[in-house]
Amino acid sequence: MEGITKRFGSVVANNAIHLELHEGEILSLLGENGSGKTTLMNMLSGIYYPDEGQIYIHDKPVTISSPKDAFDNGIGMIHQHFKLVDVFTATENIILGLNEDGKMNLKEAGKRIKEISQKYGFEIDPDQKIYNMSVSQKQTVEIVKVLYRGADILILDEPTAVLTPQETDRLFAVMRNMQKDGKSLIIITHKLHEVLEVSDRVAILRKGEYIGDVLTKNADQQSLTDMMVGRAVSLNIDRPLPVDPKPRLEVKDLTVHDELGVKRLKDISFTAYSGEILGIAGVAGSGQRELLEAISGLYPIAKGSIIYHNPKTNTTGNLAGKDPLEIQKAGISMAFVPEDRLGMGLVGSMGMTGNMMLRSWRNNKGPFLDKKEPERVANEVWKELEVVTPSVDFPVRRMSGGNVQKVLVGREIAQDPAVLMTAYAVRGLDINTSYTIYNLLTAEKMKGVAVIYVGEDLDVLLELCDRLLVLCGGQVSGVVDARTTDKREVGMLMTRVGGNTNEK
Amino acid sequence: MLNFLVTFIPRAIMQGIPLLYGSTGEILTEKSGNLNLGIPGIMYMGAISSVIGAFYYETFRTSMNPILAVLIPLVCCLLGSFLTGLLYCFLTVSLRANQNVTGLAITTFGVGFGNFFGGSLIKLSNAEVPAIVLGGTSGYIKTTLPFANTTGWFGQVFLSYGFLAYLAIIIALVASYVLKRTRVGLHLRAVGESPATADAAGINVVKYKYVATCVGSMIAGLGGLYYVLDYSNGIWSHNAFGDRGWLAIALVIFTIWRPSVSILASILFGGLYILYLYIPTGTEMAIKEIYKMFPYVITLLVLIIVSLRKKREDQPPMSLGLPYFREER
Repeated sequence: MEGITKRFGSVVANNAIHLELHEGEILSLLGENGSGKTTLMNMLSGIYYPDEGQIYIHDKPVTISSPKDAFDNGIGMIHQHFKLVDVFTATENIILGLNEDGKMNLKEAGKRIKEISQKYGFEIDPDQKIYNMSVSQKQTVEIVKVLYRGADILILDEPTAVLTPQETDRLFAVMRNMQKDGKSLIIITHKLHEVLEVSDRVAILRKGEYIGDVLTKNADQQSLTDMMVGRAVSLNIDRPLPVDPKPRLEVKDLTVHDELGVKRLKDISFTAYSGEILGIAGVAGSGQRELLEAISGLYPIAKGSIIYHNPKTNTTGNLAGKDPLEIQKAGISMAFVPEDRLGMGLVGSMGMTGNMMLRSWRNNKGPFLDKKEPERVANEVWKELEVVTPSVDFPVRRMSGGNVQKVLVGREIAQDPAVLMTAYAVRGLDINTSYTIYNLLTAEKMKGVAVIYVGEDLDVLLELCDRLLVLCGGQVSGVVDARTTDKREVGMLMTRVGGNTNEK
Repeated sequence: MLNFLVTFIPRAIMQGIPLLYGSTGEILTEKSGNLNLGIPGIMYMGAISSVIGAFYYETFRTSMNPILAVLIPLVCCLLGSFLTGLLYCFLTVSLRANQNVTGLAITTFGVGFGNFFGGSLIKLSNAEVPAIVLGGTSGYIKTTLPFANTTGWFGQVFLSYGFLAYLAIIIALVASYVLKRTRVGLHLRAVGESPATADAAGINVVKYKYVATCVGSMIAGLGGLYYVLDYSNGIWSHNAFGDRGWLAIALVIFTIWRPSVSILASILFGGLYILYLYIPTGTEMAIKEIYKMFPYVITLLVLIIVSLRKKREDQPPMSLGLPYFREER
């Protein structure tokens, strides 16, 4: 690919990119969120058409203006969001779009799929419906689909983001099998250890520009990070001591049930102090979501109380049983980033201004909306968080994932809350953006806000938070000082209530 | 009782045939992800186009050639409904206008177009009653097999229809086969389920949407032609076609997007539609109106049952009603 440029509106997603891929190699494409990796690959696979530049395959210039052209040139892409038809079987999905001669023969196709699977070591049932499949099975179907078409250049867009470690290992084994077969692979990821594990060469993009490439054997995590972010990221998160901590939120014996009557939280008690970041750690599904939702009034509380000391009015009251609006007005806000990033809290087709307005319109007097205030907030978030978007009215759905999250977190901070709860605020974000968010949270803490941070990455929890509340199976298994504890101790707490090894 | 059935069933079938055309056309259209609510209007377009063609042929020719008498209205009908379908596609696929709004606009337009030109023709023909009578054309279109009358009740129930009735069933069967068993059908279903997937697989989404919708419109248009030139013996009068187009759309949901099921279901709907004619005389008019509700009530019941069963295959095409734009994320 030479001199490839693509613009969306006034944002340049790729600027004069030059990329080479050799036969029989695995190339990692590395870059921060929104650095243009996916856009670049979409041009190879015919989803987008480059505004400028030329693509060569085996030194011959080719034009790829549709996915069909890409297939004809032996290029197949496995997208981050699977492109599969749910109600079809694996076979139907795989032969979709092929124009083989003669009658459609699903049995014959199924046989060929089995052959391919055996050759590279996949496990696949050709007659299984997609909606019955696990994520990893769907990914297998995608890969087989590409191989079935005889592709010899495969592009995998963040294939490991949705896989368990075991599934990842299996995928890497399959990738090496394909490499041995002479196929060239491009893998997009921002997990550095995976880059080092699987690829031969790494190419780095930054803000739509091609930075350079390096042989994997000459690279390590530090050097790659430097190339990716452009400046050395300080691995230490700035963590000032809490100032004048006072109890802000006291949760006592909180118990909640789900629709089926199963206890999701059991006798949870803890206190969140002003001016500190309380981290909540736990294996996924230990009750983190339920806890935040119970506090913000979205989840019915079966038992227990939530005592809140309102700093503005200097009053103390119980939040349990109040509706979400009252709780929000009292100064508690929540930024929850779900798996699909957009599912909760933002309206995709509205711009930043509109999304800010979702929070502020209640403060309006009279029947008309005041657009000025949300616009000001939107502009502030835009500038301060370096959201990449052509304007504050650009639909958030069309921004990249990281930018969407910045908008979500930025909006909650702009509410000037007394308690700020965030869950998975950095999910899927690159290092640099994550740091922006950590700094924001720390700044809020220094303002005297009680910050509750639900996170997945233990290293971050240990470096960002002042105290850690560890959840296990809906119970508090311990509260530890983040400054003195270590990963091992927290890990133990996450798997066993009380950290007691004798208990099951 | 047997006598009743022998008279009732053919009536129900003849009522059902226009619905079958309409629903087969709409199923093909919806499988491509286009929710064409313009079908009632398109059936009107098909009807009036064939009437115009037949009217001119009958008026300006002294002797009629049977083949031309059948072909001319047929071609006019296909052309009229094709152009209307093309208009719908242009608005919703190329310009990405809202499908519901476009569809409803086309229905209003089609019904108005039909009644306006129908009215003009009535004036031209200087008839005493406000209707156009195309007995000659209808006679040819209604031609039945010569031995239909000699085989007793069997002939009456199964053989007493014009060729268009059998064509409707053949088209439904072919559509069903194409959707289920052929590559084209697989691609079409993929377009309706997930156009982004189809696009990534190298299927020309725009082409499939255009072709499916236009072919679907042409099939639906034939329903209009059948109604006027066969069922009503070639008599066009104001608003005669009624709300059968909506019934056809209800049938699509009733059959859960299966043209083969639609063959029997359309006869059922046809029967229910005219059932009120067979209730004892002297019953109040209001009761008759309740009878007319039956097809819609049954469709609602089917929707409820299907929703309760929660089977993924019974759901409408996933992207039904949504426009597709490749570079939109």
